[in-house]
Amino acid sequence: MSNMKAKIIVTPKKAVLDPQGKTVQNALEHIGFKGIKDVRIGKYIEVEINDMDRETALREISKASHSILSNPVIEDYSIEII
Amino acid sequence: MNFAVLQFPGSNCDQDCIHVLKNVLGHNAYLLWHKETSIHNADAIIVPGGFSYGDYLRTGAIARYSNVMQAVAEFARQGGLVLGICNGFQILCEAGLLPGALIKNRSLRFRCEFVWLKTSNNQTPFTCVAPKQDIMRIPIAHGEGCYFASKEELAQMRDNNQILWQYCDSKGDITPESNPNGSLLNIAGICNKEKNVAGLMPHPERASEEILSSTDGKTLFKSMIQWFEKQSR
Amino acid sequence: MNNDPAITPELVAKHGITPEEYQNILKILDREPSYTELGIFSVMWSEHCSYKNTKPLLKKFPTRSPKILVGAGEENAGIIDIGDNLAIAFKMESHNHPSAVEPFQGAATGVGGIIRDIFTMGARPICGMNSLRFGSLDSSEVRRLFRGVVGGIAHYGNCFGIPTIAGEVCFDPSYEGNPLVNAFCLGVLRHEQIARGAAKGIGNPVFYVGPATGRDGLAGAAFASQDLTEESAEQQRGAVQVGDPFMEKLVMEACLELLAMENAVVGIQDMGAAGLTCSTCETAARAGTGIEIELDKVPQRAKGMTPYEIMLSESQERMLIIVNKGHEAEVQQIFDKWDLPWANIGVVTDSGHMVVKHHGEIVADIPAAKIANDSPIYHRKSQRPVYLEKVQAFSVSELPDTVTPENDLKLLLSTPSLASKNWVYRQYDHMVRDGSVICPGSDAAVIRIKEDSLPPLSKGAKESVPAGIEKFIAMSVDGNGTYVYLDPYEGSKIAVAEAARNLACSGARPLGSTDNLNFGNPHNPELFYQLEESVRGLAEGCSIFEAPITGGNVSLYNQNPHGAIDPTPTIAMVGIIEKKEHITTQWFKNSGDIILLMGLPVDTKDPNLGLGGSSYLQVKHKCKNGNPPRCDLQHEKKIQMALLDFIRAGWIKSAHDCSDGGLMCALAECCFSQDIALNTPKLKGAEIDLTSCEYDRVDALLFGETQGRIILTANKTDIQKLINKAAELSIPLNIIGKVSSSDLYSPTLSVKTKNAFFSWNVSELYSIWWNTVENIMEQK
Repeated sequence: MSNMKAKIIVTPKKAVLDPQGKTVQNALEHIGFKGIKDVRIGKYIEVEINDMDRETALREISKASHSILSNPVIEDYSIEII
Repeated sequence: MNFAVLQFPGSNCDQDCIHVLKNVLGHNAYLLWHKETSIHNADAIIVPGGFSYGDYLRTGAIARYSNVMQAVAEFARQGGLVLGICNGFQILCEAGLLPGALIKNRSLRFRCEFVWLKTSNNQTPFTCVAPKQDIMRIPIAHGEGCYFASKEELAQMRDNNQILWQYCDSKGDITPESNPNGSLLNIAGICNKEKNVAGLMPHPERASEEILSSTDGKTLFKSMIQWFEKQSR
Repeated sequence: MNNDPAITPELVAKHGITPEEYQNILKILDREPSYTELGIFSVMWSEHCSYKNTKPLLKKFPTRSPKILVGAGEENAGIIDIGDNLAIAFKMESHNHPSAVEPFQGAATGVGGIIRDIFTMGARPICGMNSLRFGSLDSSEVRRLFRGVVGGIAHYGNCFGIPTIAGEVCFDPSYEGNPLVNAFCLGVLRHEQIARGAAKGIGNPVFYVGPATGRDGLAGAAFASQDLTEESAEQQRGAVQVGDPFMEKLVMEACLELLAMENAVVGIQDMGAAGLTCSTCETAARAGTGIEIELDKVPQRAKGMTPYEIMLSESQERMLIIVNKGHEAEVQQIFDKWDLPWANIGVVTDSGHMVVKHHGEIVADIPAAKIANDSPIYHRKSQRPVYLEKVQAFSVSELPDTVTPENDLKLLLSTPSLASKNWVYRQYDHMVRDGSVICPGSDAAVIRIKEDSLPPLSKGAKESVPAGIEKFIAMSVDGNGTYVYLDPYEGSKIAVAEAARNLACSGARPLGSTDNLNFGNPHNPELFYQLEESVRGLAEGCSIFEAPITGGNVSLYNQNPHGAIDPTPTIAMVGIIEKKEHITTQWFKNSGDIILLMGLPVDTKDPNLGLGGSSYLQVKHKCKNGNPPRCDLQHEKKIQMALLDFIRAGWIKSAHDCSDGGLMCALAECCFSQDIALNTPKLKGAEIDLTSCEYDRVDALLFGETQGRIILTANKTDIQKLINKAAELSIPLNIIGKVSSSDLYSPTLSVKTKNAFFSWNVSELYSIWWNTVENIMEQK
């Protein structure tokens, strides 16, 4: 059992307006970047984990992501354990 | 009537609510520390504005897990009156006591200013004193007050008359220009299905004294008081 | 284990220590300093901490009055008695250089620092203000700085939970690359709650509370005392501290609770500039004791920090608390209640030395009083700048009079410095805590002090303040860099006169002031002349208006690669309004009210007729020349006292000071009124008749900035009393028009002069004035 790290990416749901993303998209277009379809801004959270097997870690982190790290009403998340 | 005003370490409108309830309206009000597990003898609970736990993750995300919020949830389940103001509204949504969520203002900027509000349903414990269609002048002060809920939820809320307050112009018309934060349907405040839990972004406690240039906010607290007194009679 | 660099002349110079200062250090220590000690001396003897270049000048300020409970220089902030056993603590401080490097965090930590200064005194902070200067908004880089600074102030103040209730923002190319960020905070306390920053009581433990120490803002105090070059701005990018307002709120609540505990705390000091160094030296020096700390006990965020780094770190939101021995457990209990990190890091000694240990080794051992009080003092050379000759030679007669006053007013109102700053203050929570009686937009802000504004009382202590107490405190911050550039002495007098005038217009009488001197490099005799003359003007003004300086801040070396900024002293004045009924605002109230002008329409003894250095000249003629308007302090005082008498008599419905942009801009602002709610302003019209004013120049009459003028309105029935009283006091007071009915679609502002008639649509003027800054910032 080695030290693991969980990488969690939280993004606004497609249906939710993302004013930060929109602003950045506008800025990119304004500066002259071409072909941009959409920009969405989310959060990246890194959790270091001690003494846990992979499966437990994934289960615990999923729980945390669903209950507190994201708000399921407005956000989606994805988890990667390394 | 006994009001409990929750106090998280980052609450900053807690004293303002106590001031209005006690000094302006003459009722009992006390602070309830977030580590408490009981609400004591409260007849109603106010979840005040502020930045509960710094709100660095998401507004209200951590507060919902506090000791006191477990007690508040139980109180609400039993039909107790709970009003969330600003950050309190965000916390109640996070806690699932109210539907939907509050996201960043569309302008991405914090906004502090007076707005006009229209009461859309005056049959609830939070609006019964306000004449329907009457408009109120109450300030907002928030960076994340854009109300969001799914289409289905919004439809349900509409059918159920859960939309209590909407941003409007000085004539009472609900227009895009009078929407300060991009909220869907210009929603400023809502209640749950059972109508005993409500939340709104504007600050009625900042508009309850002549010297602060509006007393319209008093109608919210007065509604709660009148409703409660009718119930307990 | 010691990897410290050798002390070489180069290293000494790099620390901003001169060879003479180094000789002095050798004398004080009687040996060569260690690397850590060198760092300690460099920050303690920087201008920011020691005022070595300005001390002799600052002595000229009036600093005494019977109401001053804690005076300038004694502690972190001055304290003034406001009656009923209540007192206020206030101070202004700059964070210019950090804001130039990282505007958001620079400004945020500036606000955090000044709030700490206030609660360190035992006061509960109740509101903030700020004074900001930027280059021209035409530049995208300036817009980035402006957006960042405003965002940072909003972030910190809003989350901490005090209203940012007033301020001023000006734009001028001289501030390009070197913005000014002066933050002010005011707090309130009971007389017996004044806390001191002294390490008293041999054997008392020294506590550290707040977040762990990291490598933030290393040598920030020294950094604030250097010219800002492009290179240094780049280099210092890593040095900016990050603020955590939520943490600061916890620290404040805990500190106020601690101070309320009987005998628990003997001394308290915030760790601001130069962090642990300043706080330990100063507390020991004030008490005449010594202090010994162990760095291993200091909570640390980064691994392997050296003593040098720990001592000089500027990590934010940290406090040093000297606990009364035997009360440690109670103190810990409060820290735990607020979930705050803390550590017992040392002890008060009788050695008179500040001793710092690291891994069991002494890394610094310095006589505390010597380093804190024996800093060098320099009497810098001063020489009248050559440019003054040229700019003062200008006469307004070189320019033609205006033939387009209608356009001129619109042009002025669309100038960012004169336009509404709602884009700024709507980002600040200016209403939290239910005390904001007059919000941003009128001459002075007014805050209500009530019971819940006060710090907590000790358990079981009897309340020493009458029940249901209400007090009204007015405040304003002012400064006109252009005037000071054109005439440092006269311009500085104007800054004080205007601040006092703003207070008078709100119904307040001054209690005291705090200043922030933003100037260039003091080694340049011409720049030092500006500073010297400016202090002379400020001192005279503060004496006349009985608003002694209770503390302040000096920020030198403000320059960009093109030269020094316009010399910019800012003055924040605080006053008291005796009764609720006396609170007055600038907005016209009712149709039919009579409009009067107090003071002379135009100062005919001024060869420039009030146009020298005016906004009008700068905006219309792109000309920053001429002697600024003359400021007759005695006359000003007389007018302001009379205004207060009128207000107390109940005759005044509105009062507005006439300053930047002259009579017309002031009148327009009176018409705009306070907006009632988002996008629904309440506009008034006015019919102005200036036919009796016989002046050759229309521009001087409409846009000149003659000092000592106030626009009043009163009910018809009170006019005769006003006129009679003014005559009795021999104060110029003339009816100039009336507020017109606003039942029309859109009110009109009209002016009749001897030879002409001009009129403006108030809605149009309002829309220009209200939207200018937002349109620029949002690129609409």
